[in-house]
Amino acid sequence: MKHSSFFWFILPTATAMLLFIALPIVSVLIQSVHTPHDAVLIETENCGPFGCTTATTIDQEATRALRDEKPLGKFVGLEIYFDRGHLAITEVAETWRNAESIGGFFADLNNLPFYRAMAFTLTFTFTVTPLMLVFGLMIALGVNALHQRIKGVLIFFSLLPMIVSPLIGSLVLFWMIDSRGILGSALQWFFEDPDLSMKASTGLTWIMLIVYGVWHAAPFSFIVFYAGLQTLPQDTLESAQIDGASRWQQVRYVIIPHLMPLITFVALMQLMDNFRVFEPIVGFNSEAHAASLSWFIFNDLGGETRLLSSAATSSVLTIIGVSILLTPVLIRTWRDFNAKS
Amino acid sequence: MFLKKVALASAAILMSGSAMAACKIDGRVSIVGNEFPAIHAVADGAKACSGGEVKANLTADHQKINVAGMTGNPAEYTSAIIANSSIVALMNEDVIRPLDDLVAKHGKSLKPNQLIKINGEIMAVAFMANAQHLVYRADVLEKAGVEPPKTYEEMLAGAKVIRDKGLLQYPLGGAYKAGWNLAQEFTNMYIGHGGEFFKPGSAEVSINNAQGVATLEMLKALSEYMNPDFLTHDSNATSAEWKAGNVAMMNMWGSRMGPLKDPEQSTAEVVASTTLGAPMTVGGGSTPATTLWWDGWTVAKNTSDADAEATFLAMMNGINPDRLDDEMAPLAVWLIDGYEPTPAAVGVFAAANMNATPYPMLPYQGLLHTALGAEIVDFMQGKESAEKALADVEAAYTAAAREKGFLN
Amino acid sequence: MSQSYSLSTKRQPMALKLLIWGFIGLWLIIAAFPFLWTLWGSFKMEADFFSKADWFNAILAPRTIEDHGTAFIGQGYEGAWVQEEFWKAVINTALVCFFVVCTSLTIGTLGGYALSRSSYRYTFWLLITALIFRAMPPITLVAGYLLPFFEWNLWGHLTTTVIVLVAINQPFTLWMLHSFFQKIPKELDESAKVDGCTQFQAFRHVIIPVMWPGVITTGLFSFLLAYNDFAVTSMLLSKENQTMVPKIASFLGTTQTEGNVMFAVSAVVSATAPLFILVMFFQRQIVSGLTQGAVKG
Repeated sequence: MKHSSFFWFILPTATAMLLFIALPIVSVLIQSVHTPHDAVLIETENCGPFGCTTATTIDQEATRALRDEKPLGKFVGLEIYFDRGHLAITEVAETWRNAESIGGFFADLNNLPFYRAMAFTLTFTFTVTPLMLVFGLMIALGVNALHQRIKGVLIFFSLLPMIVSPLIGSLVLFWMIDSRGILGSALQWFFEDPDLSMKASTGLTWIMLIVYGVWHAAPFSFIVFYAGLQTLPQDTLESAQIDGASRWQQVRYVIIPHLMPLITFVALMQLMDNFRVFEPIVGFNSEAHAASLSWFIFNDLGGETRLLSSAATSSVLTIIGVSILLTPVLIRTWRDFNAKS
Repeated sequence: MFLKKVALASAAILMSGSAMAACKIDGRVSIVGNEFPAIHAVADGAKACSGGEVKANLTADHQKINVAGMTGNPAEYTSAIIANSSIVALMNEDVIRPLDDLVAKHGKSLKPNQLIKINGEIMAVAFMANAQHLVYRADVLEKAGVEPPKTYEEMLAGAKVIRDKGLLQYPLGGAYKAGWNLAQEFTNMYIGHGGEFFKPGSAEVSINNAQGVATLEMLKALSEYMNPDFLTHDSNATSAEWKAGNVAMMNMWGSRMGPLKDPEQSTAEVVASTTLGAPMTVGGGSTPATTLWWDGWTVAKNTSDADAEATFLAMMNGINPDRLDDEMAPLAVWLIDGYEPTPAAVGVFAAANMNATPYPMLPYQGLLHTALGAEIVDFMQGKESAEKALADVEAAYTAAAREKGFLN
Repeated sequence: MSQSYSLSTKRQPMALKLLIWGFIGLWLIIAAFPFLWTLWGSFKMEADFFSKADWFNAILAPRTIEDHGTAFIGQGYEGAWVQEEFWKAVINTALVCFFVVCTSLTIGTLGGYALSRSSYRYTFWLLITALIFRAMPPITLVAGYLLPFFEWNLWGHLTTTVIVLVAINQPFTLWMLHSFFQKIPKELDESAKVDGCTQFQAFRHVIIPVMWPGVITTGLFSFLLAYNDFAVTSMLLSKENQTMVPKIASFLGTTQTEGNVMFAVSAVVSATAPLFILVMFFQRQIVSGLTQGAVKG
């Protein structure tokens, strides 16, 4: 394709992405290396329904002068990236010096919000992604093996976890896993432990979030793999059967290689989505036990005093984290691309 | 519920007939605020005005959009409904205007204590008050032979008796959800212990002290008598526990009392024995371990004088004493002239009479609140010591305050 | 579709059949149970459905029977649809979804086609850039839009939301459509060009007629994204333009009012019904569409 026609074809979508994604990314990058100016504080007397108090407020006149001079704020370089809320390099170095053992070092590291969030996010990403791939494949193989008539209904019900709004999904599920809810009670009965509560312990909360993650994402891989199975070349499979391949061998050596491009696609999207895990944490009120970078952003933007630079920094760190996660897949795509052209 | 709302709506229509003459505006009014029934009632009153367009966007996300929505010129929102904690964000960004001229012109009916003055200028008009205070189940306490507690120490002792007698396994309740709610409980208890959050006259935090440790120890001791899921329970979940009859004593918001006393929402037994008390003190102190809150409205700075005046008039109509009928009065503890305290309001009035401390209106208090909500969770789970948790809070706050330019 | 039941229908031993049935049965229960539970509970009172005393109340509904004399009540639906005018949100959602799907597919098809037909190196980097774009958390993007949208008076309109949803879902659409077009043999449009067509004519007369399965599947995913979106719609739409999901969130509010929670539950059940019809109607296309694109060369 000629450069000029390529340009005209790609123009609308590129414009949309430039305006609404690339520009915000640039502004977020700029924001992350700037902070608001030093506030000029003054003592004032404030009065309200409950009497008067002396309190501190911002001197708007003085602060406005600073702002007008440099509207972006104060340039601080990578300071926010390295502060305690993010990479916390000073604290990490100190922990390293004071730690008596490697185990102690990691235990102390877990006290810093960023590393604690990473511990959960990476555990979540690397359990949910493979589990949902395997689970989706098993469902796809199972549904594919059943009678055609009932497939439509099977597909709809299998899609339910993905299409019911997570908002209400978590409201109902949150009640269900309560220690007096139906699932919570079932688990108590199963483990013969009347005090068992999914929401009170960090370990169980993680398991709960991971199970939810797999449940919510399995339909996506199911529908993609099921579609892939429909194009399985008959002759390859038949020749494998003639060679006496067992069912397992057929799956392992014929079906999985055939589905490989699809598996890559699903893995790519899921690694990204799981690294940005957010909705289940809020939905299950599990802030006490699990956090992620996306949750930090939400927390920074949702507080009474919004921390814009901090949220911007967490966003940039998310992009960097996703890029690192996806590198192996991207290198593979690069090789494919070069082989093709 | 449905019938009630219909009744409310028709009452509003009837009233707008009479209010029409009184409330005539000439300009654009657009309100942003939180979503709960009392604020809906105020916004409905503003909408009853004729002559100009009145819009309201009441949403749980109001704090995320109000600053942005008032920054443009002209501002999308001509009025934001806020509380004493959230007015700070609007003050910090300088998006609301002083109301002195408008109050002088149209605000004769406002009581002096409704006017929120910051640095000598009226910045907001408060219309309702709120505070956390004791609620208890009179029947359970009687069965256990426990007097309604006046202090948190008595509450702990009472809880032990109730549990030991096998009446309830988790006799205490509380909105201890990690984050904002838990930080609010810390704030209450720390004030009750007589603690100061900051070094005088500066943004430097100082909570890692004896009062801070005592505060955490008390929160921990109380949580032993709560449902083990307490770190996931916000006010909604705690109220649900109460209505199910699982809890005998809790420290709860005055604004939640109406539903707790509503016979439609719980069993007759629970409703009949739910009794409101005054806020408790702690550690032998005399200041109650609670904070006073107000909700009020502001007018945007970046708006024409005509629109600002229209907004002021419409909002005044929202809190018009004539509108305080049987439907609106129980929705909140109103600061409006002519409000007769309902039985659901006694707790908040008790808090005010005990000279409870208002929630601090400092530019950096919100940052400390966020840091508290995130960092004392480890202590509540028994994963670290009180001193370590408080040191973590101070470190997290300091990082945030430096970013915002409050500390260098 | 029909050539493929190889692994299945031939001589399944009884044990394997049982295993498959058992597994799929278990999966169906796990997948559908929370929804069916919600469906059942939407006809109860909040005190029963969300009972903190005993989960059995949600099944037997003692409070509902005591207050209403029957175990099934329609208060939640009536409240959501009549009192809170949920139908307005349904219309808004329909508008948003329709325009998101159309716009997204139009510009995505052009872009995806170009990316699949150009073998210059920059196409690879464009695809990778799109992927990196997708890594940006949507909450940050939305927070960034607020100020300019308010200043230029773009905030609150359905149009703005449609454009934003299209733009931030474009990376996914582009990737998916790109892989679909890879499957369509290049010889088709090459020969058309040899016959004297321009690139666009080749696209219009040769590619458009054969691209539908892939486009329909991508369209369904775009539809689902727009339908279920909360981050964008909750922040960028004014009250009167709200779509279903933020409307449901507003039933919950910060202070849950008795009864309103059941409006939310009923509204969610109502919101799932059109999806059921949609999936039943399009299931063949979803599957065949994905098949085309998925197996890229």
